[in-house]
Amino acid sequence: MTTVTATNAGGPVAARADEIWKIYGTGEARVTALRGVSAEFGRGRFTAIMGPSGSGKSTLMHCLAGLDTVDKGTAHIGGTEISKLGDKALTRLRRDRIGFIFQQFNLLPTLSAAENIRLPLAIAGRKADPQWWDLVIDTVGLRDRLGHRPSQLSGGQQQRVACARALMGRPDVIFADEPTGNLDSRSGAEVLSFLRASVREHGQTIVMVTHDPVAASYADRVVFLADGSIVDELADPTAETVLDTMKRLDTHTDPVML
Amino acid sequence: MLRATLKSLLARKLRLVLSGLAVVLGVMFVSGSFVVTDTLNRTFDSIFADAFSATDVSVRAKPKIEVSELDGEEVAAPLPAATVDKIKTISGVRSATGRVDADGARVIGSDGKVLTSMGPPRLGGNWTGADGLMELREGRGPTADTEIAVNANTAELAGLKVGDRVGVLTLEPKHEFTLVGIWGYSGGRDSIGGVQEVAFTTPVAQKLMLGAPGSFTSVVVDAADGVTPEQVRDRVAAALGADYEVRTGKQLAEESADSIQEGLAFFNQILLGFAGVALFVGIFLILNTFSIIVAQRTKELALLRAMGASRRQVIGSVLVEAVMIGLIAAVLGLAAGVGAGGGLAYLFGSFSDLTLASISVPLSAVISAFVVGLVVTVIAAVLPALRASRIAPIAAMQEVSIPDRPLTRLSVAGGLVFSAGAATLGVGLFADAGDATLWLILGGVLVSFIGVALLTPLISKPVIGALGRLFSWSVPGRLGRLNSGRNPRRTAITAAALMVGIALVTGVTVIMDSAKSSLKAEAAEILKAQIMISGDQTGPRPPTYDPAVIDKTAALPGVRAAAGLWNDMVTIDGEQQYVTATKDLSTLAEAYGTTATPLTADQIAVSRPTADEEHWQVGQQVTVQTARGDPHKYTIATIFAKDSLPGSVILPSAAISGFGLTQPLLGFVRLDDGVAISSVLPQVKQLLADSPEVSATDAATFVDQQAAQFDQIITMIQILLGLAILIAVLGVVNTLALSVLERTRELGLLRAVGLGRAQTMRMITVEAVVISVFGALLGVAVGAGMGTAVAHALADDGITEIVLPWARMGTYLGLAALVGVVAAVVPAIRAARLNVLGAIAHD
Repeated sequence: MTTVTATNAGGPVAARADEIWKIYGTGEARVTALRGVSAEFGRGRFTAIMGPSGSGKSTLMHCLAGLDTVDKGTAHIGGTEISKLGDKALTRLRRDRIGFIFQQFNLLPTLSAAENIRLPLAIAGRKADPQWWDLVIDTVGLRDRLGHRPSQLSGGQQQRVACARALMGRPDVIFADEPTGNLDSRSGAEVLSFLRASVREHGQTIVMVTHDPVAASYADRVVFLADGSIVDELADPTAETVLDTMKRLDTHTDPVML
Repeated sequence: MLRATLKSLLARKLRLVLSGLAVVLGVMFVSGSFVVTDTLNRTFDSIFADAFSATDVSVRAKPKIEVSELDGEEVAAPLPAATVDKIKTISGVRSATGRVDADGARVIGSDGKVLTSMGPPRLGGNWTGADGLMELREGRGPTADTEIAVNANTAELAGLKVGDRVGVLTLEPKHEFTLVGIWGYSGGRDSIGGVQEVAFTTPVAQKLMLGAPGSFTSVVVDAADGVTPEQVRDRVAAALGADYEVRTGKQLAEESADSIQEGLAFFNQILLGFAGVALFVGIFLILNTFSIIVAQRTKELALLRAMGASRRQVIGSVLVEAVMIGLIAAVLGLAAGVGAGGGLAYLFGSFSDLTLASISVPLSAVISAFVVGLVVTVIAAVLPALRASRIAPIAAMQEVSIPDRPLTRLSVAGGLVFSAGAATLGVGLFADAGDATLWLILGGVLVSFIGVALLTPLISKPVIGALGRLFSWSVPGRLGRLNSGRNPRRTAITAAALMVGIALVTGVTVIMDSAKSSLKAEAAEILKAQIMISGDQTGPRPPTYDPAVIDKTAALPGVRAAAGLWNDMVTIDGEQQYVTATKDLSTLAEAYGTTATPLTADQIAVSRPTADEEHWQVGQQVTVQTARGDPHKYTIATIFAKDSLPGSVILPSAAISGFGLTQPLLGFVRLDDGVAISSVLPQVKQLLADSPEVSATDAATFVDQQAAQFDQIITMIQILLGLAILIAVLGVVNTLALSVLERTRELGLLRAVGLGRAQTMRMITVEAVVISVFGALLGVAVGAGMGTAVAHALADDGITEIVLPWARMGTYLGLAALVGVVAAVVPAIRAARLNVLGAIAHD
């Protein structure tokens, strides 16, 4: 099996993994989730991380986002090495420089849509830029839903609120973990178009973990993980090329690790 | 099904511990009070069995006034020496010894202070020689009238040794004696039951302890060989007639123990009352826990239903869980109760120098522990169980979001229940319901609490909203406020649990403060005397002083009038009445700031309220029986206005010699106009040098001292209700802990988007503070309302002013905020320590 180092084609780097190792458990239960992964994620680019379950794609994202620690190697956001930061600094980093979109939406049920969108800024004690606010709200098409509670919104609307929440602080990177996993294909397509638009039109950086070739096809670049290592990558993917790559990799990959 | 229940029970240990703890504490209180009373009962049983073990038969004259243990000390009627001689001649009697034995021999210790007693009597008697029980340790018995012996307990407490000069206060003022002997009891004991004892020669004992030369308190009869005590008893009783009580030593021991047990049973009931409050609060906590559990287990229960479990099985599964918790809590509570009860008995024992019986677990404690533990838990679980059974099987397949059920029905029910409770309370307070009054009041308060608890969810929305504004300036504060308003039912029950304790404390505070301020206002209005002579009562016998002090005080320059006050229980036309006597009514009136004509030896004065109650008129004749004297007919000379003179019935000075206590308890000194208190007070104090039980104070200090008694009651109630409040605090901890558990994913998200650990903790703390301050606010409001109602109802009993204790109420609110902070500590730390990643993935 060859180890591929996924490098960004020349441009500035928003997030970088250097030889990251991540091992869970000990003895019999020991699982190596990442085996020395190195990767760069370009600024203003929409990158998808793909791979079968257990390939380590979510772990890689968590390590890059400062949600999980690494056992060896380093993770950087912009010029900051985050693998050395304590909880306080990590919290501030997440608050100010990273946005999150989760599969489960994860909105606060007590807050209205608008309050949910404003939450990270409120925690940081910042105000939203009104122009940016209007732009984001209109792009996600939530203007008439702002006063609603999450329980009064559909799944697609909730995920759009989550997207708006991630975008509102203009973070260095948005990490999206299976953002369409809980949505029907139409709502999923809406969310993905919206994410792509934010990259193309506003230069936002997005790193998205997915196992859906159609979702991956919205990205500028796809990085493939298998068995804790990067095994391939694809620029300007389509659903077909992604599917082909996955099929090809499937036969190469150690089936036990699936 | 049972296995599934047990598994789910064990899987949630924290929940188990917290909800169980409330029951454990309640059960501990209940079983503890049974253990302490049982231990003390057996202690007194053995003390009396011991004290009378050397007595075959005892004879005493029937007391003229029978007094129960709760009303004070009974005074035995004098038994003439001729009776002793008569008993000696009865066949089967080996010997008969006249005994003098009465409470009220107060030894002045080497430090000049009177030995106090926290319960056991301070007996004075005649020396009749060592017997099987008494053992002379040092010296000899008194043979001259200037000699005494004391038991080892007294010697040690007073720091006395043989040869010392010892002052003793008796019915007469201080006399000095030479200590010639110290005795103890078999088995190396210094006393039996911590009693202080002084032995005089027989004539001195008769004079000082009984005030009746030539008479005795009782006769101890020894049976001749071959005759049983019972036979001797029957023969003596037959010979002496109905004026005498003849008992065997065994009977005496049982009777004495019984009278003590009466008092202890009362004490037990008070403790059980407070335990009841704690358990009532516990029910709220358990109800809440089970409701949350059922909500959390909705999916699991729906799955069981989908797989074919019947409604009954679902109810059963929740109730089985309740029974398990109840049983475990009962066992632990019983164990804790034995510990607490034993500790309390030990404290009591060491305060009153008792040798405790061994601590054992009475059946009553075991039964009550299990009944209370099970009943309380099951009652609390019934509603959640019913709710669980209504979960539709389809809920297993859906993303559950339990819609907010409207509060209308609940609020209407709450309004009805509260009105019913308030009405019951009103009837109890203002209507004349006789014996049912207390029950009506208690029931009314209880039902009102339930009503308020049901109304709480409705009130919670606006109040919590308003309270929360205080914290809304920061994001964590705002989130905390929103969280506390999230589940009105849960918040309400948690707050209501706190409300109960705080409402009771506030209610009592309102009543006591009103009483205190009424007393002060009244005293300021009616008390014209500037100097008061009084003492603090520590044992069963109130402090007294030498009446000569009053005459000497009256002779001091600048003193306008000085009057002493004697008090005792007598019977008037066969009914018990607490009466007052003074040397000269007109002097008393002058010292008191009013006027009255002197009473002749056959006249009494009666207060207006008492006269109305008894339907007495001026000129009417009544028969008064005092403790020591003969029945005497008095004519009602005057009926004086309420509070124009102290007391309700005033007897002339001639009656004093028949009182149980022949020395005054209280003294009023009024000064001439323009004379400074400070110029007379030191001289009065000096005159009291030989009456160390009392002291002279200026009237203002005296009133403050009297008023301070109410503060003591408040403190006591606060301590006793502390447990109920503690349980309510556990409820806050519980609610928060479960909320944190439920909201794991939200917390994960908040941490992921940048909420710091400190901010997370602050958010949880705000939630706790809002809930507990809300509870305290309710409690203060409800308590102030109830206290005011009760105080109004007591207007006839002298509560003329109603005082809302703002400072104390503020303190309770402040404490509640503190309680919130404390209750939040553990849940907040848990929330802050959540692994962000694990929390987000949590479902």
